Amino acid sequence: MAEQSTAKATSPGEQSAIKQAEVIARRNSRRRAWRMLRRGRLGLVGLVLLILITLSAIFAPFVAPHDPLVGKLDASRRCPAFTTCPNLGGGGAASGGQGQSTTGDFKLPGAAATTAPPKGTMEYPLGTDANGRDVLSRIVYAARISLIVGVAAVLLGSFLGVVAGLLCGFYGGFVDTVIMRLADIQLAFPFILLAIAIVAVLGGGLFNVILVLGVGSWVPYARLVRGQVLSAKQQEYVVAARTIGAHDSSILFRHLLPNVVTPAIIVATFGIAAAIIGEATLSFLGVGINPPTPTWGNMLADGRAYVGSAWWLATFPGVAILLTVLSINLIGDWIRDVLDPRMRNTE
Amino acid sequence: MAQYILRRLLQSVFVIFGVLTVVFVILRLTGDPVRLMLGENADEAAITQMNHQLGLDRPLYVQYLAYMGNVARGDFGNSIAQGGKPALPIVLSRYPATIRLAALAFIYTVVLALFFGIIAAIFRYSIFDNAVTFLALFGQSVPNFWLGIMLILIFSVNLGWMPSQGFDGWNPRYILLPMITLAAPGLARLTRLVRSGMLDVMGQDYVRTARAKGVSERSVVFGHALKNAAIPLVTIIGLDLGVLLGGAVVTEQIFEWPGVGKEVITAINRRDFPVVQAAVFVIATTFVLLNLLVDLIYTWLDPRVRLV
Repeated sequence: MAEQSTAKATSPGEQSAIKQAEVIARRNSRRRAWRMLRRGRLGLVGLVLLILITLSAIFAPFVAPHDPLVGKLDASRRCPAFTTCPNLGGGGAASGGQGQSTTGDFKLPGAAATTAPPKGTMEYPLGTDANGRDVLSRIVYAARISLIVGVAAVLLGSFLGVVAGLLCGFYGGFVDTVIMRLADIQLAFPFILLAIAIVAVLGGGLFNVILVLGVGSWVPYARLVRGQVLSAKQQEYVVAARTIGAHDSSILFRHLLPNVVTPAIIVATFGIAAAIIGEATLSFLGVGINPPTPTWGNMLADGRAYVGSAWWLATFPGVAILLTVLSINLIGDWIRDVLDPRMRNTE
Repeated sequence: MAQYILRRLLQSVFVIFGVLTVVFVILRLTGDPVRLMLGENADEAAITQMNHQLGLDRPLYVQYLAYMGNVARGDFGNSIAQGGKPALPIVLSRYPATIRLAALAFIYTVVLALFFGIIAAIFRYSIFDNAVTFLALFGQSVPNFWLGIMLILIFSVNLGWMPSQGFDGWNPRYILLPMITLAAPGLARLTRLVRSGMLDVMGQDYVRTARAKGVSERSVVFGHALKNAAIPLVTIIGLDLGVLLGGAVVTEQIFEWPGVGKEVITAINRRDFPVVQAAVFVIATTFVLLNLLVDLIYTWLDPRVRLV
């Protein structure tokens, strides 16, 4: 592009415009390089964050300062360290609330916390809930549930989806029609509503939640893999494999599968984030994993009742979800940048 | 064209039929509505009688055929929990509130996403662009029920500007927080897509040609670039509608918004099958018809797509 215009450039005005354009182009490419680097670094931040979250989940008994299930009733609704506690005894006016503050909307069960100190202490860094349980410890233990659900649901969903996609793409015909119609039906419906209905009927619990979120997430993998297989099976290496007499299964799993794995990994990464939010949503609505097992979702549901008096109860579990999902999304963007060069010019 | 629409409508009927079948099977898997209604201590005779009255003692396939026959006539049966009122009118009476919330959230999403996405693309790598990209990344990672609670905490509890929940017609004080909550994930996603779509298109030859022949920058952005960038976006927006309708279920729950979502959660908890099925039918139909509309818009935007 630059050569073309240089050849025709005659007047000094045009030449200076070209020079300007070159400067801008150089600056843009430098900025792009900087941006790539920084995106990589953001990905690294995400990775470090996720590793920290995973480690603290694995070593929860050593990380958590208190028992997540047993609370002290005389330590009910202690506020987080370094904050001034709202006066819970006198009707529960929120800290910093103005005259017309609408805390009246919220019931304050009991007045158990009248003896609470006016300031938060390091004994309970993120405060305690109504039962006097340490919020930080509960968040740390709850990370186990979220990560297990996220990974297990994605493993299940991607397995189903990849197999379905391989079959559809490779065999076509009747199999393809039936499976893709099923996919249409599933996409014709906001999945979370179906998940709520299923879990409400089957009952909550870790296993059912994983099952529902996993089975419910097969469609993107199936569509992706199907498309990839459709184009890959025209390629010479597949024709060659067939010519030398390879079995269907050998072509499918040894020749086609490795070529469709890359985009599936990208979908799977974002899928973990989606499954974590899915579990939190179900638990928040009371149909996921039930108390006393702490999960970020059911802690939020708990905290919602105290939003007028104990702000930390609803705040910190959400921050935990946010950080976890954000770190996974950052890693996902990073992987996509590295694995899928076509995305580079637009991001 | 008419033939295409007709064909798509037939397909839609098939899809809705499939959804209803899936829901029927799931809801009948376990869960005993009669026991739930009469309580743990109800005597067996009453339970048997109630089951018979509701037709729940018949074989599953008989129930299914009877159910589908009634559905074809627009009859979803009567609510078990709400004194035998017909299920479909119960759901339909909640429908306007949901549509109001979803439509406002949708308009808000599209307008803001176009605005932020286009500006960010034009001033690529500027501070504004970086801020938009960061906020979008953030917005994509926030669970929207938590966002809703945080908005209540800030604007209702601490500042006292908005009511924390409830419904009052078009009163913006009640609508604003649920709307922002519902729109957040879609807004973040769409903004990113608008930005990358615009960047992609702005580098195309026809944009360079338009600039070279002296078309004003505004016309380049809105006439040449946006219309082409919009083509893939329309599909995404269509899919987002599903997310929006699903998100409405959760958002309505947080803000006590009297829509279909709130109704369906209540019905699920009470094992009120007819209401759940009617709600599922209404939501699935809405979604399928919206997708049809999206496809038609798609062909209008991109005449290269032939309706076959």
